[in-house]
Amino acid sequence: MVIKFDGLTEVTPHIEPHLLDVLETVSDPEIPVLSVLDLGVIREAVEVDGVVHIKLTPTYSGCPAMDVMSDDLKTAFEKAGKKAIVKLVLAPAWSSDWISEAGKKKMEAYGIAAPLDATADKEALLGEAKVVACTNCGSKNTRLVSQFGSTACKALFQCNDCQEPFDYFKCLT
Amino acid sequence: MKQDTLYQYILGIADNSLILGQRLGELCGHGPTLETDIAITNISLDLIGQTRSYYQYAAGLCDDGRTEDDIAFLRKEREYRNVLLVEQPNTHFGYVMVRQFFFDVFHLLFLKELQQSSDETLVAIANKAVKEVTYHQRFSSDWVKRLGDGTKESHEKIQEAVDDLWRYTEGLFYVTEVESAAVKDGIGVAVSSLKDAYYEHIKSVLTEATLSVPEHSFFQKGGKDGIHTEHMGYLLSDLQYMQRTFPNMNW
Ligand SMILES: [Zn+2]
Repeated sequence: MVIKFDGLTEVTPHIEPHLLDVLETVSDPEIPVLSVLDLGVIREAVEVDGVVHIKLTPTYSGCPAMDVMSDDLKTAFEKAGKKAIVKLVLAPAWSSDWISEAGKKKMEAYGIAAPLDATADKEALLGEAKVVACTNCGSKNTRLVSQFGSTACKALFQCNDCQEPFDYFKCLT
Repeated sequence: MKQDTLYQYILGIADNSLILGQRLGELCGHGPTLETDIAITNISLDLIGQTRSYYQYAAGLCDDGRTEDDIAFLRKEREYRNVLLVEQPNTHFGYVMVRQFFFDVFHLLFLKELQQSSDETLVAIANKAVKEVTYHQRFSSDWVKRLGDGTKESHEKIQEAVDDLWRYTEGLFYVTEVESAAVKDGIGVAVSSLKDAYYEHIKSVLTEATLSVPEHSFFQKGGKDGIHTEHMGYLLSDLQYMQRTFPNMNW
């Protein structure tokens, strides 16, 4: 997939309402409970002459899920009888603030602690403050095991109370 | 600015990330603990992801159908513009972390300047990369401190790595003709202006890590001009193996 840069797109994505249903069916292959809409990676989706044009932004530069998401989007629209063209755009750079509130709840229920605000995140990842709550028992008596977790977007934590190891979705703003 | 100069300038930035990404990738499955193994490969992935953005941009400037893969895999050793620091081997974990730390501090300073470039694609790549590299620097700085202020053995080993790799730091600030031209056009970063902030930061972390700052002023030159250390050839033979054995292969 080729990354094309085409100027600064607005931070608020431009998505035509009638395309939402299909977009909602495409999920992040690494966190399947999150749709591409929850994740905030769809920056634009418009239909022109029967062809759907989608602009997708990567969470991390090397995120291998992007190629998969791009293919999944094309397949999903094909099933709905439409051709989709997906472009990867780099600007503006994705921010974890773009994950929807619903997305954060789904993430927590899935066992991944959702990103905190920037200040709390920094304290958490430097081990200065206990602010990340255990996804199993809710205790904030947790510790950072590694700033880098199972995928580029996550850090690894462990609960000191119930011993559960869990992922924390890093703040990237 | 001439397209070719811009092309060369982009490669000069990207090659550092490619080669360091490759070095870190060699450690996949060989990290000292599972967590560090995962961390190192995550950093490798970020760097290679950044490299792809740069190379795709560079390939698009050429009219000959060149792709990112051609740029990554089909150049000769002397055509790679990376600094000598990033091609140094993974001697032991202390080396890996010091090499990373020496590069990360530069990389972050560099990207923050590149965010001010007049080239909007480079700005977009830098805006993305700066967030990732902030994590890299945090990781490598932590390890330099832990190993330096750790056991007698870890202290000795990491001091040895600091002393050995120090000679490659100055090469980060060497200015090529292509860079001068890019700076003049408002596109490039004047790396020499980053030097004071760089050494100041490095020294403060080394001091905190109870490590001594090397005093020798012998610095090895090369890298950015295409003259590499003996390690580069071995690295490239690994990196380019598939494309050389099965030309034009695709995943
Ligand atoms: Zn718990």
